[in-house]
Amino acid sequence: MSTDTLEAPVIETVKMNGLQAINAALFEAMEADPKVLVLGEDIADNEGGGVVGVTRGLSSKFGTLRVRSTPISEQAIMGAAIGAAMAGYKPVAEIMLMNFTTVAMDMIVNHAAKLRFMSGGQSQVPLVIRTLTGAGNQTAGQHADFYEAWFAHTAGIKVVIPWTPADMKGLYLSAIQDPDPVIIIESGKTLFVPMDVPVNQGPIPLGKANVVMPGTDLTIVSYGQMMFTVMQAVEELTAAGVSVEVVDLRTISPWDKETVLTSAEKTGRLLVVHEAGRNFGPGAEIAATAQEALFGKLKAPVGRLGAPYCAVPFAKKLEDAYLVQPPEIVAEAKRLAAMG
Amino acid sequence: MSDTLTNRATPDAATQLDIYRRMIRIERNDDLTRQQIRRGRITAPYYSARGQECIPSAISVLLNDDDKICTIYRGIHDMVAKDMPLRPLWAEICGRVDGTCKGKGGPMHLTHPETGVMVTTGIVGSSMPIANGFGWAALLDGTKQVTVAYFGDGASNIGAFHEALNLASVWKLPVIFVCQNNGFAEHTRYENGTSVDLIAKRAAGYGMPGYTVDGNDPLDVYAHAHAAIERARAGEGPTLLECKTFRFMGHVFGDNDAYMTKEEKAAAIEADPLPRFRQKLIDDGVASAEDLDALTARIEAEVNDAIDFAMACEFPSDDELRRDVFAEEIAAKEIYA
Repeated sequence: MSTDTLEAPVIETVKMNGLQAINAALFEAMEADPKVLVLGEDIADNEGGGVVGVTRGLSSKFGTLRVRSTPISEQAIMGAAIGAAMAGYKPVAEIMLMNFTTVAMDMIVNHAAKLRFMSGGQSQVPLVIRTLTGAGNQTAGQHADFYEAWFAHTAGIKVVIPWTPADMKGLYLSAIQDPDPVIIIESGKTLFVPMDVPVNQGPIPLGKANVVMPGTDLTIVSYGQMMFTVMQAVEELTAAGVSVEVVDLRTISPWDKETVLTSAEKTGRLLVVHEAGRNFGPGAEIAATAQEALFGKLKAPVGRLGAPYCAVPFAKKLEDAYLVQPPEIVAEAKRLAAMG
Repeated sequence: MSDTLTNRATPDAATQLDIYRRMIRIERNDDLTRQQIRRGRITAPYYSARGQECIPSAISVLLNDDDKICTIYRGIHDMVAKDMPLRPLWAEICGRVDGTCKGKGGPMHLTHPETGVMVTTGIVGSSMPIANGFGWAALLDGTKQVTVAYFGDGASNIGAFHEALNLASVWKLPVIFVCQNNGFAEHTRYENGTSVDLIAKRAAGYGMPGYTVDGNDPLDVYAHAHAAIERARAGEGPTLLECKTFRFMGHVFGDNDAYMTKEEKAAAIEADPLPRFRQKLIDDGVASAEDLDALTARIEAEVNDAIDFAMACEFPSDDELRRDVFAEEIAAKEIYA
């Protein structure tokens, strides 16, 4: 992955990977605002600073009352985060892996997401849920799922899936100051691939997509680690003479309809690529919206690529077949480009 | 064995009268709620706590306005005991825009931060993990604030109870876990759903004191709540109070309470804590019968005023569907068409 696809020309940058970028965002946010708290399993330095080290150094700097390791108790983690948020704090709660959010769904869906509405606006739950997921590491069916559609379908919670380290830092800074619950899904290898990050990377607004590269024949919308796959496919498509406009959605809910629809109207063709299952996935929402808004203006039906209807498999061969691969994207893009 | 309290605090005469005032406030409010439902003036699922009056009343006299409670769908008595104003409470029960939650929460989900009513949840067991968050905030703020998490006996069998008690103990949180054990989890008899004879015994598994309290005796509830609150304010951590009681009106008002025997229900109503405590106050010379009658009349007038107020309020406009989803009101309207 080359770094020249970053959105803005940068003057002074530093190479860092996603986990370093999130770590920097948390440090900055905690330093600037004493109301920012961090909690989760193994997150304090005595316990190793988090399963992949995202929270390393925070408890040594800010103390274990603000940076609290918890028991393996996802409901208790989310409950404590909700109560502290309602009491005026800004907790960043780590649910180690996205599959484990299922254990705390009552707290997230029935309480964090709904308390503002159900209280008639009296309760605020300004918390951030950090969680990690993604296939590609042979962790199989209970450690690798993308459930962004579940949360996007629930009114009252924002859903963010960053790709680049710069976006991670910027989106984290915004999410922590957001007055509502935000779940940020850290997507597999996006944590580990170094890219350029502006030295003074500030907040990036939630709900704004990024046009990663301009094109004229087809728009591809994707997010998270699937962006790496898309960019590989785009290289091949470009070589084959297909001009692709690439949009990194960044925020799944609320998603940036304006940017996506403007791009799709311009190119006349739209392909959505995500890691989550294709059935009832975010691609369905985006495709349906595009169809409603751009009926008669598109040159081809909206394409959708996602995982098949099965759990994430263990065997490497099956896992590769499960994940959307560059050749599938190339084939689908060429099919759409040939229409109309 | 559940733990035994050694140092028992006793409420003075004025405090006893204040407990009784709160009990009557609950009873009058409950009675008139059921009356309104029977008359068809309101349509709402209603979970009466008739019979459980003295638990939150004897606890609330020990709480400050800024102490917090997290309660459950059968928790209106907890709010009334915490002295939540009745007009917005009734407007919410009636689904009106002047309700505490603009009619969007209803009788199972009231919120009123001014009196410390932070969360009322319809999900069994969920008051406890959230109460811990308020406890954590109190530690960070360096206040002596306590949070009471109310729940029923059925909730002690859900995972959230166990996770919450464990975390509260490890973090030494100023949270009082108050189980109002009325003997039934919805329609299921206590012993058919709970593995221990006393819920207070479960406290031992989480390294905190656990007391089984006579939930129909205000002085017993007071003594144990006093000890628990002192302990929490002193930074020594949480306590589990199991207050044994009985609900007179079944699970949801109007249900066929065939799951309880006529005899046990009659015996419980016979042992109604309200007239018993009233008689004790008179016998002890704390108040005269006339004083207490006057108190009841005053409270009944307060409830009737709240009902009249609520009935005269407007229903919320349909715009409310788009508000309070997020802080920015436009978000729901413009982004989620």
